[in-house]
Amino acid sequence: MAKPNPTDRKYSKEHEWALDHGDGTATVGITDYAQEMLTDIVFVELPPVGKKVEQAAPLAVVESVKSVSDVYAPVGGEVLAVNLPLENKPELINQDAFGEGWIVKLKMDNPAELDSLMDAAAYDALIQEEKH
Amino acid sequence: MKKTPLYESHLSLGAKMIDFGGWLMPVQYTSVIEEHHATRTQAGLFDICHMGEIAVKGPQAFALLQRVVSRNLEKQATGQMKLCILTNEQGGIIDDLTVYKLEDDHYLLVTNAASKDKDLHWLQTRKQTEGFSRVEIVDRTEELGKLDIQGPQAQTILQSLAEADLTALKYYYALNTTVAGIPALVSRSGYTGEDGFEIYAAGEKIGDVWDRLLGDGAGEGLKPIGLGARDTLRLEAGMMLYGHEMSESVSPFEVPYGWIIDLEKDFIGCDALRRQKKTGVSRKLVGFEMIDRGIAREGYKVLKYGREIGDVTSGTLAPTLNKAVGLAFVPVIYAEPGTEIDIRIRERPAKAKVVKLPFYKRTDKHFFYNVFI
Repeated sequence: MAKPNPTDRKYSKEHEWALDHGDGTATVGITDYAQEMLTDIVFVELPPVGKKVEQAAPLAVVESVKSVSDVYAPVGGEVLAVNLPLENKPELINQDAFGEGWIVKLKMDNPAELDSLMDAAAYDALIQEEKH
Repeated sequence: MKKTPLYESHLSLGAKMIDFGGWLMPVQYTSVIEEHHATRTQAGLFDICHMGEIAVKGPQAFALLQRVVSRNLEKQATGQMKLCILTNEQGGIIDDLTVYKLEDDHYLLVTNAASKDKDLHWLQTRKQTEGFSRVEIVDRTEELGKLDIQGPQAQTILQSLAEADLTALKYYYALNTTVAGIPALVSRSGYTGEDGFEIYAAGEKIGDVWDRLLGDGAGEGLKPIGLGARDTLRLEAGMMLYGHEMSESVSPFEVPYGWIIDLEKDFIGCDALRRQKKTGVSRKLVGFEMIDRGIAREGYKVLKYGREIGDVTSGTLAPTLNKAVGLAFVPVIYAEPGTEIDIRIRERPAKAKVVKLPFYKRTDKHFFYNVFI
């Protein structure tokens, strides 16, 4: 069963989360529902630090045994840091998608883009809909 | 979409279902990696009811089969099974299948799920055009159920429910027995690189065999295994899959199937294959493992000095080896183990090297590699 979606962050339709740190930066990852759908994450391709991405552009790649999936930037910005341990322990995303399994930290171009994302309640509703 | 008799069991076990060759099949129950390891270390049970079964019977059954398969079946003993291919006039592979000799004049062909109708049509057409009137070809796919039980504990688990002594059953041989009191044909064979058995029983009884095996085998670690792990298991064992490594435009000399071609006998496609044998083929299927980070996938391009030289046909992270491996077609000059190649992964070349097959080989004393069948 998927873990509850924390209320401290925003969610995209593509199942990414963005946690606003209030200083123009945000941490980004995929949701627990997404990791549950992917199962067995065996490879993560991280972007180079300094890479600039627009909102909804491909940011990283996660691969399960059977599938290859893009992770899209829930907000645009510049990559400040990447979660390097994922290179050797991609399963951190399966174990803790909202915590240890974070993917990148971004310096946001425009924090107002966060407003275009869903809150936890709206995201809960989206995944309920997808399950049916 | 077709369903196997075990469809409801898969749902109640929480399986994710996918379309495979027109059948709704379980791709995984818990996790591909867990299921893979369970099969390698203990035992796995697979619903294989989707595969095709075609009976070929009658005084000319042997003669027809000798014409359509590339292998010489003259010395096949009753109860013995043989891995064979059907070839077209150009020597291309129509399907790879196993041929069981059940008795004189009675054979059972076990085909890939998606190839069954094509194979059936091919056999019926050849029966007409080659003048084999005294042979009966029967599609038994719906009426027969099939389960595979694979892994180091497979024999112990199956033996507890089987009447016959399985220790006496040799690799690639079959016998008639009962499993959980249900009449079944059991062969020591499979598609995982482990010891194990393929079990055939009436479709309406196969659910009982499945339930009894899963129930009684739980203590030995038996788990239901989906097609996801079936694919990683076969790929680690260096086994090919029709539709990926093989098609009607692939020659058996381009893939590791040269050993099942007998050019001494006459069969459909033998002239083309004799010419190919003389001239040689220009590409070969090879195994490779990644050197750089990244997982090669089916359809990715193989590069050498920046130029496209071939295609990946299967690729995955191999759970037992914990390495990214794959199969690919490359020009013969790059087919030697040790040759460095690149795989284009998301527009960037990633280094890989050609390695000997299989990637994974089990080491216990019962080991026979499929090349010697």
